[in-house]
Amino acid sequence: MKSEQWTVDSNQWAVEKNSGLKFFLQTVIARAYPRIIGQQREKSWMFFDIFLPLLAVSAYVFVYRAIGAPEEYVGFVVMGGAMTAFWMNVLWSMSSQLYWEKEMGNLALYIMAPNSMMAILLGMALGGMVATLLRALAITLLGSWIFDIPYAVVSFGQLFLVFMLAMVALYGMGMLFASLFLLLSREAWHLSNLAQEPVYLFSGFYFPIKSFNFWVAMSASIIPLTLGLDAMRQLVFPSGAALGFLSIPVEMGILSGLCVVFLTAAKLLLAYMEKLAIREGRLTESRR
Amino acid sequence: MYTKIRTFRIAAWLGWQIESNWTDPFLFAVYSIAKPLAGAAILVVMYSIITNKAFDTPIFPYIYLGNAFYMYVGGVMTGISWAVIDDRERYKTLKYMYVAPIHMPSYLIGRGVARFIVATISVLITILFGVAFLHVKINLDAVNWGLFFVSLFVGIIMLAMMGLMLAGVTLLIAQHVWFIGDAVAGALYLFSGAIFPLDVLPKFLRPVGYFMPITYWLELLRRSLVGSVAQAFPTLAGFNNNQLMSILLGLTAVFAVLAGVIFYWCEYRARERGLIDIVTNY
Repeated sequence: MKSEQWTVDSNQWAVEKNSGLKFFLQTVIARAYPRIIGQQREKSWMFFDIFLPLLAVSAYVFVYRAIGAPEEYVGFVVMGGAMTAFWMNVLWSMSSQLYWEKEMGNLALYIMAPNSMMAILLGMALGGMVATLLRALAITLLGSWIFDIPYAVVSFGQLFLVFMLAMVALYGMGMLFASLFLLLSREAWHLSNLAQEPVYLFSGFYFPIKSFNFWVAMSASIIPLTLGLDAMRQLVFPSGAALGFLSIPVEMGILSGLCVVFLTAAKLLLAYMEKLAIREGRLTESRR
Repeated sequence: MYTKIRTFRIAAWLGWQIESNWTDPFLFAVYSIAKPLAGAAILVVMYSIITNKAFDTPIFPYIYLGNAFYMYVGGVMTGISWAVIDDRERYKTLKYMYVAPIHMPSYLIGRGVARFIVATISVLITILFGVAFLHVKINLDAVNWGLFFVSLFVGIIMLAMMGLMLAGVTLLIAQHVWFIGDAVAGALYLFSGAIFPLDVLPKFLRPVGYFMPITYWLELLRRSLVGSVAQAFPTLAGFNNNQLMSILLGLTAVFAVLAGVIFYWCEYRARERGLIDIVTNY
């Protein structure tokens, strides 16, 4: 870690310019800040991001009740519904964010500034994760209270670890997508829209992933929420283990692998895509 | 009147260009098919896990058809309300719309037409898939086509009015990146009897469902397609088709008045607060 002094006008004022890790962390915090603080200034998200999704989750609960499903499925739906907030956040506020920043004119500023784009993406991820955690927690707590869901947590330590692994892998995936989306224009928006329901389906947001054929479930495991959700259900619901897809240690092992793969791929791809986008002049284009 | 029609026509054309010309027709077709089929498949998988694939029970076509037609709700409401965000923050043209000699509600409703067309394709494909692979029995000779098309037409107007209300609210709020039309439609899923009969809801929530015109609209569509199956459910069994249609028309009129009041009030507030050309991002 080092910092250097540089003087614009030595007689009047000097600005301390950080570099290295300190500068990287400052950039992360600077990009995370508007994610967390900005949305607190716009209170309408509480209605649109907590109340409305809770009603949507409730609809799936009543479907299960209408067809006479065992009560544990209600808990599965509430947990899955809460986790949809993270998938939405990764799709809309990570993957397609650089496209949106390009439309707003911020992307060129990011590139011009002497900061790391990886730090920008990490800041977006960190801010998004914290902000979304509030929403997911609110949906889980309210859903559990309204539908009187019984929990039997096997291990809080494992639960925390699984959640963190799933989040790191998921947001790593979001960073990877963000770099891919750097080259896209309006299609980025539509591709994000397209990736909602199919992922809800194949990741088993509203039912145990074990219901699918082994290879379908295994293929869906490339999305970190699939195994993260399955492992968390195994750890918190009395019948979770019986409906689990793989054992928890195996799922944690795969999630750890996904963390490494996605973060490494995001770093490599971001560097490549940034160069490619600059070369092809796509950083400031706005194909409408 | 001519201004309204002209505005609507041009806005519909513009909306279709925006929605469809971002890719080649093949990818657009995949996009239009994959999303709704996946949405329907979630319910099919949930149902098949619990009932061991008993697709020939009356509740299955009730759920399946309700879900299929419900795609119109998200499509139309999102199409109309998203136009505000799209024009205000992405294209930054909303301020120009306001200085142009156009009728703003007609413009926004026109922008929703493209989503309506895409939703129509999605509904058709979903129903065809259900008939072909999931034992959803629709006897074309027994379908009450008159009731079907009249219900569909009135329902689309009703949804457009709800979309206009949401567009008004959207004028006052920041963009939360994803589509608030979808979020509102997802929430109304609970009260509309789309995927389960209203009797399943707790008693204190049922009045909300009875006040929602979508409830009667979906019931009429189900009755027109699979009459005997739909009428077997007790929620609205006491009403005949004419009574249901009268209720739907009445509630549509109420929502039209509400839409006008809410939209113009929100628009007034947005002008007062200088929100017509605001750009939000976090």
